[in-house]
Amino acid sequence: MPSRADSSKTAESDLEVPLAPRDDSQREGSWTLGGREWRSRLIVGTGGFRSLEQMERSLEASGTEIVTVALRRVDPGAQGSVVDVIERLGLFALPNTAGCYTARDAVRTAQLAREAFGTDWVKLEVIGDDRTLLPDAVELLSAAETLVADGFTVLPYTSDDPILARRLEEAGCAAVMPLGSPIGSGAGIRNPYNVRIIVEQASVPVILDAGIGTASDAALAMELGCDGVLLASAVSRAANPELMAGAMRSAVEAGYAARSAGRIPRRLHAQASTPDEGLPELD
Amino acid sequence: MNVILNGESRELTDGATAEDAVAAAGASDAERGVAVAVEGEVVPRSEWAERVLSEGETVEVVHAVQGG
Repeated sequence: MPSRADSSKTAESDLEVPLAPRDDSQREGSWTLGGREWRSRLIVGTGGFRSLEQMERSLEASGTEIVTVALRRVDPGAQGSVVDVIERLGLFALPNTAGCYTARDAVRTAQLAREAFGTDWVKLEVIGDDRTLLPDAVELLSAAETLVADGFTVLPYTSDDPILARRLEEAGCAAVMPLGSPIGSGAGIRNPYNVRIIVEQASVPVILDAGIGTASDAALAMELGCDGVLLASAVSRAANPELMAGAMRSAVEAGYAARSAGRIPRRLHAQASTPDEGLPELD
Repeated sequence: MNVILNGESRELTDGATAEDAVAAAGASDAERGVAVAVEGEVVPRSEWAERVLSEGETVEVVHAVQGG
């Protein structure tokens, strides 16, 4: 696997090594996730939208191809169906195990979801407490191992701990999805350096999942080398979700292009862009 | 016969199946995105009509909602 960092010009101990430029000869940078080809690198959650109609407009504006859904008890009083919207837009429904605190719960939920949707893809979410919604690493890894053995394509929502990310990858997960900050917090990417480390060591796609607040967060995630971004609240709870969805689409595309273009390094001092030769003497 | 359907005690006819529980929960078996678990075990859709329920069993009928 080609190195993601260009280490030829800086010492290995440097805090930040610019990512090597990436040849993106395929238009729109299509990518592979879970054995399938995708064009959009933005995955959108369906949670938080004030109406199905607003959700539909926003999903369209986002250009997304994959949307997450949750499983809950049937409510006879509910109007409309999220599945209807997803099918109408021709999107791929990725069930998640939101609300699960134990590996056992998450595994059962994933199995239910497989039945309900006829897909063995699952976004695996096993949280430790309801205030931070941070992942419970122990339960998460256990659930991931069980689900991979049961034939699932597992996309785990994880912390920004590179060791845990590596364990999840070794367990056979199809991607690793480190959080930027707590779900719904809009706090952006709290530890970009850990995200970079995860990107550098991963052989599976890295998808920044949770805590995105606005477009610049999404662009940063892509500039850090992530292969994709997963967000929900940043769009669904924005004052104008449809407009924000379009902004996120642009941000992910811009961040991906910037990362592929090979940025200049951060320097302490200036580096003139205008040559000194030919300066007229005018005093 | 009493079962615990989606957290509530419900009276179903004797010999009721998972398929009946789906209807009792307010979903139709034609609906996409519906799944059933009895005593925590998933019942595949193809077996809904055969899985007969017993007194006191816990049945969960779930479907896709906005989330995640």
